Formats: sequence, C-alpha cells, structure tokens
Amino acid sequence: MSRKYELVYVVSPDATDDQVAELHTQVESIVQRMNGQLEKTDNWGRRKLAYEIGRHKEGTYVLEIINGDGELMKEIDRRLKVTDLIIRHLVVRVDEEQAVVERTKNRRTDTSRRRRVARGLPPERQPGEGQRGEPDDDRDDRFDMGGEEMR
Amino acid sequence: MNGRKGFGGGGRGKSSGTQQQGKDAQRRPMFRRRKVCKFCSDKIDDINYKDVKLLMPFVPERAKVLPRRISGTCALHQRKLRTAIMRARQLALIPYTTE
Repeated sequence: MSRKYELVYVVSPDATDDQVAELHTQVESIVQRMNGQLEKTDNWGRRKLAYEIGRHKEGTYVLEIINGDGELMKEIDRRLKVTDLIIRHLVVRVDEEQAVVERTKNRRTDTSRRRRVARGLPPERQPGEGQRGEPDDDRDDRFDMGGEEMR
Repeated sequence: MNGRKGFGGGGRGKSSGTQQQGKDAQRRPMFRRRKVCKFCSDKIDDINYKDVKLLMPFVPERAKVLPRRISGTCALHQRKLRTAIMRARQLALIPYTTE
C-alpha cells in the first residue's frame, strides 16, 4: 500500500553543494530500489538553526515528498541516522491529513455555494463583493488591557 | 442605555447619545474584545510545521506555546498547532527555549 511521506533533512553547513546533491541521489536510489516514487524535492537552501545542534549554527534544509510504504521509510530513516553529514531529519506521513484538509475545504465551498444559490446569488463570490458590515470593528481596541494581547 | 450615565454601556452599539460617548467610554469597566480563533476566522485548514511564519506568533519570546486562554485559538486548532510547533522544533526551525 502506498502512502505519502514528507522527509526533511538538515545537512551540515560544512557540506558542499555536491555532497548535498549526492545525498539527494542516495535517497532517490533507495526510493527507486524499493518501488517508491519521489514526488517532489525542494531545497530550502542554507538557513540559521533556531538552536545549536552539536556545534552547528546553520544548516541546509532539503524537503522530499515520497510515495511509498513503511518499509521504504524505515530504510531511509535508518540510512539517514548513520549519515554523519545529516544533523537532523524528520519523516512525517501526510496523506491522511491532506485528505482531511481537502474534505473540509470541499465541504466549506459546497455549503457556501448552496447557501448562495438558496439566496438567489451566483454560486461563486463575485469580485468586489465581500465582507462589509463594520470594517472598523477590529480597530476598536481602546479598552483592551495591554499585555495579554497576542504578539 | 442612553438614560443611564456613567456605568452600564456595555454594548458597543452606536447609541444616539453621541455627545456623552467620550465620557461614557472612559468610565466603562474595561472591555475585552472577544477572542476568536485565528485559524477558524482565516480559514486556515492546514497548520503545517514548515510554515514558520504562521507559527511564530504562537511562540512568544520564551519559546513556549502560547496558551489558548490568551490566543483564543479553538481546541482543535490548538492541538494541530501544538503538533506543528513540536515538529518544527525538532528541525530547529523554532527554538525549544531561549537562554
């Protein structure tokens, strides 16, 4: 059974671009060997870590979206654990959550359409139409106590 | 509401006593705006750990998760928010704590 996973790994800042590319091909080869598909890969580039890991303050983030089964991800997880260049990685299963998100989104558009039709309006929201009502409602915060405000 | 002076008020409807309003407002016991869940009102379904910009307002300076009673987030979204923050922390996108 195929599932969808997201894999993010952080490569040590000492690694060269070639090494990052090589890690990617390694992951790719494992995916192919175990009958998975690499759906998307995204290199976020180098960014600052929120805290030090080991002695590193920066890292190169790479995101891979993989279709495959649990065995495949187990293997990838195992391989990434023993790779010294990778300082952190995370595997998350996303297919179920995405389905839920999709469903709620569809339900919302459906109900809004149904209500609009019931009111005799075209099903889609027209440009220029929107929430009017009390536009200054939100700005009326003179009486709020400071401190508890959201930052 | 118009008849009473000073206290009362409470509602923020546009009363006809416009001249009094300034005074009224000063004496009114402090009024808190009702908090609403940001994710419900903005219709954000997917609270993703990769979206640091979305999560940062809920992680104030000590890097703790902002409690529901302050942010007004609904239970469902607070739960999702928490998982997202915990995942982002693992990847060093968000700090666990600050020195």
